[in-house]
Amino acid sequence: MTPGLVLDGLLVLVLLWLAWAALGSRDLFRGIVLFIAFGLVLAMAWVRLEAPDVALAEAAIGAGLTGALLLATWGRLPGKSDGPAATAGEPGLWLHAGLALLLAAVATGLALTLFAEPVAPGLAAAVEAELGRSGADNPVTAVLLNFRGYDTLLEIAVLTSALVGVWALGPAPRIKETTPSEVLLGMNSILIPLTPIICAYLLWAGKSQPGGAFQAGAVLAAAVVLYVLSGRRPHLQMPDAPTRWGAIVGLAVFVGVAVAVMGSGRAFLQYPVEFAGALILLVETAATLSIAIILAGMFIGGRPEDEP
Amino acid sequence: MSSGLLFACAGLALVVIGAWALVLRAHLIRKVLAINVMGSGVFLVLVGAGTMGGTPDPVPQAMVITGIVVAISATALALALVLRIANATGLPALPEDRERDLMGEEGQ
Repeated sequence: MTPGLVLDGLLVLVLLWLAWAALGSRDLFRGIVLFIAFGLVLAMAWVRLEAPDVALAEAAIGAGLTGALLLATWGRLPGKSDGPAATAGEPGLWLHAGLALLLAAVATGLALTLFAEPVAPGLAAAVEAELGRSGADNPVTAVLLNFRGYDTLLEIAVLTSALVGVWALGPAPRIKETTPSEVLLGMNSILIPLTPIICAYLLWAGKSQPGGAFQAGAVLAAAVVLYVLSGRRPHLQMPDAPTRWGAIVGLAVFVGVAVAVMGSGRAFLQYPVEFAGALILLVETAATLSIAIILAGMFIGGRPEDEP
Repeated sequence: MSSGLLFACAGLALVVIGAWALVLRAHLIRKVLAINVMGSGVFLVLVGAGTMGGTPDPVPQAMVITGIVVAISATALALALVLRIANATGLPALPEDRERDLMGEEGQ
């Protein structure tokens, strides 16, 4: 047994414990904090699996922004009841037993598949062979923006429609002016000016190293979240029209590029080899802006409206 | 046993833990957490199994990045709906769970 495998085993044990505790602890706030810790440990697991792009996305989006969303929602829940905890209608023994049986069956079936021989070679070799024609040197970026661009196009459509769904549920809640701690203000005055640089670096680096539009957009959104938390704002809304246009520019540019490359025998989303790099950068830049606005808009939690 | 297989098995366990909590917990935010844990489990199975062939496979990795972004979209919409339900009915729970212990209290 190698030291690496021992580390992996420890990571797995911590992951499983954190997941169990996050879902089972009596205090929901504690559960949410444990879930954020779960996301950060999972990011380490991605590094161990040699997936640094996924680790960046997990740390920024899976742990960071999802955690901020969960805490914001928890804080906005209407007053918690102070009566004794009700216990009527708890699920009975039959439900527990049936569910346990069902999950055991599913897990066994999937485990049999995982342990089945022979192991398929996967698509790493195929990606490597075509990498030179993709317009990116990072294989994950090549898959995301070129080989499986359709997935990413639809993913941005999902993001955009989720924001439309959040906006459809009501205007952004007003929160009271707060006096933030000096620590938060001091940290913000250093971190927020740095985020555009980090964002631009991640976007540019995505071509050849771990990084890309999603990680860059998440970093920019995190700056907005920090700014909102600091209470240094006249009100919670983002400006109306720029927000709406900014939220759709990623999807619009992506669809525009996908359609514009058609012709002379090329299909939807099939970039010409000589322009692939530039087109990917264009799509990623527009996507970064939209992803940042969409993620920040989800945190703010309602449609923007001009002050009455 | 390779790292990939180990993490894929951990992913399986996470799917089971998440599904268990999704059905049995009453508080809607807890259900959202459970769905996210299930999703993370699926991602681990995908990428873990993807490294079992020897070299890390970029295709499942790209799919998982897509998955993480779709997961936060679904989570944001779900949480906005939870808030609407809680504001409309006073409780963050489904109608059939309104009498149950929501396990949402502080300091316990």
